[in-house]
Amino acid sequence: MSLSPVEGVALAEIESGGDAGAEKGFVGRSPGQLAWARLRRDRTAVVSGAMLLFFVVVALAVPLIEMAYGIGPREQFQNRLDGFGMPLGYAGGVTGEHWFGLEPGLGRDIFIRMVHGLRTSLFIAFAAAVITAAIGIVLGTVAGYLGGWVDAVVNWVTDLTLAMPFLIIALALTPTLALRFYGQREAVPPAFQIGVLVAIFALFGWTSTARLVRGQVIALREREFVEAARAAGAGLGHMLFRQLLPNIWAPILVSFSLAVPAYITSEAALSFIGVGLTDETPSFGRMIYRSLDYLQTDPAYVFFPGVTIFALVFAFNLFGDALRDALDPKSSR
Amino acid sequence: MTETRADEPLLRVRGLAKHFPVRTGFRSRGLVRAVDGLDFDVRPGESLGLVGESGCGKTTTGRMLVRLLEPTAGTIEFAGRDITHAGRRALRPLRQDLQIIFQDPYASLNPRHTVGRIVAMPLQVNGIDPPGGVKQRVQELLELVGLNPEHYNRYPHEFSGGQRQRVGIARALALRPKLIVADEPVSALDVSIQAQVVNLLRDLQRDLGLAFVFIAHDLAVVRHFCHRVAVMYLGRIVELGDRADIYERPQHPYTRALLSAIPDVTTLGPGGRIRLTGDVPTPLDPPSGCRFRTRCWKARDVCATEEPALVPRDGGRQATACHFPESGPVTAPAPAQRAVAADGDETVDPAATAGPDAQEVAR
Amino acid sequence: MDSPEQPPRPGDPPVVPQQRAGEDPYLRVDDLRVRFDTADGVVRAVDGVSFAVQRGRTLGIVGESGSGKSVTSLAVLGLHDPKRSTITGQISVGGRQLVGLREEEVRRLRGRDMAMIFQDPLSALHPYYTVGRQIAEAYRVHHPRAGRRAARSRAVDMLGRVGIPQPARRFDQYPHEFSGGMRQRAMIAMALVNDPDLLIADEPTTALDVTVQAQILDLLADLQAEFHSAIILITHDLGVVSQVADDVLVMYGGRAVEQGGVEQVLRRPQHPYTWGLLSSVPSLHGDAAADLVPIPGNPPSLINLPSGCAFHPRCRYAARTDGRSRTEVPSLVGAGEAGHLVACHLPADTRARLYREDVAHAGVAR
Repeated sequence: MSLSPVEGVALAEIESGGDAGAEKGFVGRSPGQLAWARLRRDRTAVVSGAMLLFFVVVALAVPLIEMAYGIGPREQFQNRLDGFGMPLGYAGGVTGEHWFGLEPGLGRDIFIRMVHGLRTSLFIAFAAAVITAAIGIVLGTVAGYLGGWVDAVVNWVTDLTLAMPFLIIALALTPTLALRFYGQREAVPPAFQIGVLVAIFALFGWTSTARLVRGQVIALREREFVEAARAAGAGLGHMLFRQLLPNIWAPILVSFSLAVPAYITSEAALSFIGVGLTDETPSFGRMIYRSLDYLQTDPAYVFFPGVTIFALVFAFNLFGDALRDALDPKSSR
Repeated sequence: MTETRADEPLLRVRGLAKHFPVRTGFRSRGLVRAVDGLDFDVRPGESLGLVGESGCGKTTTGRMLVRLLEPTAGTIEFAGRDITHAGRRALRPLRQDLQIIFQDPYASLNPRHTVGRIVAMPLQVNGIDPPGGVKQRVQELLELVGLNPEHYNRYPHEFSGGQRQRVGIARALALRPKLIVADEPVSALDVSIQAQVVNLLRDLQRDLGLAFVFIAHDLAVVRHFCHRVAVMYLGRIVELGDRADIYERPQHPYTRALLSAIPDVTTLGPGGRIRLTGDVPTPLDPPSGCRFRTRCWKARDVCATEEPALVPRDGGRQATACHFPESGPVTAPAPAQRAVAADGDETVDPAATAGPDAQEVAR
Repeated sequence: MDSPEQPPRPGDPPVVPQQRAGEDPYLRVDDLRVRFDTADGVVRAVDGVSFAVQRGRTLGIVGESGSGKSVTSLAVLGLHDPKRSTITGQISVGGRQLVGLREEEVRRLRGRDMAMIFQDPLSALHPYYTVGRQIAEAYRVHHPRAGRRAARSRAVDMLGRVGIPQPARRFDQYPHEFSGGMRQRAMIAMALVNDPDLLIADEPTTALDVTVQAQILDLLADLQAEFHSAIILITHDLGVVSQVADDVLVMYGGRAVEQGGVEQVLRRPQHPYTWGLLSSVPSLHGDAAADLVPIPGNPPSLINLPSGCAFHPRCRYAARTDGRSRTEVPSLVGAGEAGHLVACHLPADTRARLYREDVAHAGVAR
């Protein structure tokens, strides 16, 4: 106490923004907590967040739902189709038993296939987004902080990756890999197909995160609090993980939340053109692909998966935007 | 830790230089001579002011002293040891003695860390566990700089600019340094807060026996804080002396111009200031000879060909790098407006000031 | 150049009879209030400020961050977004009432009758256009009939007027090719290109070095003598105010706490906040070894302004007002001399005694 040479000033010091301290007992609110509070005030964020939560819960609870629903994704109900292979009844055969009706031709239950497809899509999208974010963060921080030749090499690899045509390589690679590992005759297991898809997304997707992170790190590197840590003798680990990373979570989180819906649509697109998943694995892309033949005769078949994938991607994008507004209130409006 | 005798300089800088290469694409376009040969000493417990306009190299110098920048040439000796090119590990024992305070109270604190964590950072990265624990030490430090120790868990955004600057000062004090480089520590603060922080730094210096290198563009603030002052221009020291010498008997024309350009509340209306023409030239291509000659009213031919050395005159301690140094107090405004200032400690002798060369007018 | 006496153009709003008698102020602001509704609450950025500026005179508005000084000037220029701010009170420029005018009509006044000089010329000038072109554009906006060549020669003329050497060559250069001082000169040239009668300079020299600041302040004074314009100079630097201002308005927490002639406010200050400002400024005179006398505490947040006199939590003398400073907002009343106003609960004689005993010897103001 007697140490203080500035008691006069200290005593005279008044709390700025007076009320804040008294109520909360001197525990400050971190920037993360403030963002969370802003997010909860945003109606769009709450609604889209609730939708996402619903989708995720459904995807996680697939075995339970299957048990309760009592129908598997590969069961066929040929007895409920007419002579042309079209489902009997209205709206593609919607009944109390088959909530979203049946597939024309094979007569499989659309609802349970969609639930499974949702799980596949979300798994692929999340796995791809996590892997790309991890690669991007590591390469971006190292390149941005160290600079010099490391930065040059990372940039060069980034440019190279961006120059590769995604679609052509995906088209060429998927069958080749399947052929290489499983041969002509063998059935390719779904896990392998999913793994290949995730790998392809990871191969191409990390560049944007890496660039984003690199830019952020370069901007932060010159900030005085980073210099203060350097002046105190901090090592590389402290600099990257304690000083820099906590300040770039916000943009990373936003780019993550916007990458997931992009991967969902990409997966659907790849499956649609036939290089992603096969018919074995229920997925949105395959369902929509098959349904197009019945666009006129059985529009309900297109309707259910189409609306669901639209709602999923829309909710993700809305949530991503709301997240950005909450994390960086200055950027919005 | 290192011990030094009181009469030996704590910091000894010789021929210090920093040149930045300028490139467009792969072609080099030359060197920016941000700092170009500085010599100065700082004794224990002394504060040296480094003043000058933007681009004079004062901030670069401060960054080199705490080894955030690698010097191009010259030596920095701290407590008798050459630290010019010492690596991170070699510096570790010295880090504790040599700290920095930054200008911008908003950029200098990590927004994601609590104040407690910010102040504890130097202890943490150096693996120091003070007696009584880190938290107690941090709270002592917060109290020392006039903050409420209960604010340990608050985040920087909950503090005002002046309070943030105090946090930055507490962080610099965490390792009990002997020398602090303060880079414009008050220039980003409101006027009423500046005085608080200047007083705090003065108290800390007196009570803890700290030496300071105080970098500032504001000569009035420096006058209230520093024992000695070095005036920089385009990467060079043009004048170095005790406070009284610099402010009352400046010899270099640039020091005089700088002093007379400061708008002072004690005089109303535009005074008879020394008007410098133009801006500071680019350090990419500094003028030959004396670097100030392009704006100096006393410049002759010799100034363009021969660079004046920073030498003490009349055997005194005040060194001036000028071929035609001035003498006597600063030429002051017209007599009518002088009455106000005249009864300060700075007596002005109208007879001594009437040098015709000082009446330079802009353009 | 447009003379002020041009005939009213069709489409101009109905003009209040113009008062051009020498003594009438060109700008008159009465009881200006600016409110912003934010997520954190209502911000009363300006709360009942009145002042007037005559042609040929300079008003210095002094205050710390959050005092409302910049908000006031932006309100005069009509630059606040009407969707997010509420402005009440009277602003009359050259006899024309501004509050309540349509955006389009204010825009026509802005740049022609009144212009602004910003603190940071680098962000106020567009980096992708040449400096000269930006000045010429500013001219042509208000002189639609002026040709390209006429605008160019006008811009070159202005660049020369503000002391930029080789103006014809400089015309074709980009902002990054100008030094800081030159950029500020170019900004001033752009502000003056339409001969505005009112010039608002918001911290025009804060980003500049002292030797360049001296040049710019001289330039403003010279140009004012030449064009006889009214100038509002917004600054936190009392030194700058003392050099160039004729009148001073001291703001705190969105309100005027003291206003009057520069002699009155800086030589015979009446408000404890003004005393605090004057004695906390480090000076080139006086005892260098003595401590500065700071104002304790921090500037208030506008969202959460202290009750009563906004300065009372930092005021050394608040206890001497029988608690009135906590409960009652002091009104701005005469402080003895004509034109000198102060908003303080302390009785006049107490104030005079406190100033004599506590402040006059400690501070630099005398």
